[in-house]
Amino acid sequence: MSEPVERDRHPLFMPLIVAGGLIFGFGLGLSHMARPEVVLDFLQFEDFGLLFVLGTGSVVAGTAFAIGVNLLDRAPLTGRAYARRLKSFDRNVLTGGVIFGVGWGLSGICPGAAYASLGIGNYPILLAIGGMFLGAYAQGLWRTYRSDNDAATAAKAD
Amino acid sequence: MEPLVTFAELFPNGIWRYAVGGALIGLGTAAIYLGTAIPAGASTFLESTLSYVSNVPRFNRAKYVASRDWRVAFTLSIVAGAAIYAVAFGDFGWTTRVSWWRLLGGGFLVGVGTRIGKGCTSGHGICGVGSVAPTSLVNVATFLGVAIVTAQIVQALGVSP
Repeated sequence: MSEPVERDRHPLFMPLIVAGGLIFGFGLGLSHMARPEVVLDFLQFEDFGLLFVLGTGSVVAGTAFAIGVNLLDRAPLTGRAYARRLKSFDRNVLTGGVIFGVGWGLSGICPGAAYASLGIGNYPILLAIGGMFLGAYAQGLWRTYRSDNDAATAAKAD
Repeated sequence: MEPLVTFAELFPNGIWRYAVGGALIGLGTAAIYLGTAIPAGASTFLESTLSYVSNVPRFNRAKYVASRDWRVAFTLSIVAGAAIYAVAFGDFGWTTRVSWWRLLGGGFLVGVGTRIGKGCTSGHGICGVGSVAPTSLVNVATFLGVAIVTAQIVQALGVSP
């Protein structure tokens, strides 16, 4: 079994990931986003506090992105160049957004908050996490099937 | 003259925990980004972790296999970070009353949607919006709008919680 291993991974890489995850999870707990009820209260216009979570979160992260892109050269632990998080736009962005929205509105749970919810001892959230894995697996199978079919159709057309 | 809506009506639980909690979510993201240049989102963990148990090529693309170990570490740290909060603030052991079918069905749709739509509330919502990325702004506006409509319909149908 050979697995691609990142060469020369910096010894502080994993510790930083762990430290970042701890702060991230602490924030999700403190903000109460780890409680589906709080998200549902927001979506039902009963408590607009979640706007502050998304607001301060993206402003703090955005400041780091601006500093990295404009003032720094390469990341010390990976040697990677700093770049903004940019994804190409296509119909999938809208389709995925709609499906995600129905799921979020139904359950009040998103991936990061679900992991944090487990941390506060909310074991019923395992149903949501299990559902997410099933969903991610189903879309992977479906897209593999679809691209195989597209390839077969294209081959026939030749 | 009375204001149309009061602060207490809009924010019955105040704003400090939301604002400070959000800032910490941003800070965790910022620390990882400044050290590694990686915009860490929470949902790629689903796909990259599936590469451990599935031979489907889609889950075994190089970018997932190369990042799957640190994504597991990141996710376990999120669980641990929330546990530290819960113990420190006496909040441990809280459980949701949202119905099982909403958690399971909603989770399934979130799993499908986040993977098709290239990100979730942290990837698009925190990193993407922080990057002022048009694709992320469109995705967030879409899922936020749809989620509001969905939650209001479910509430109108009398499902609670």
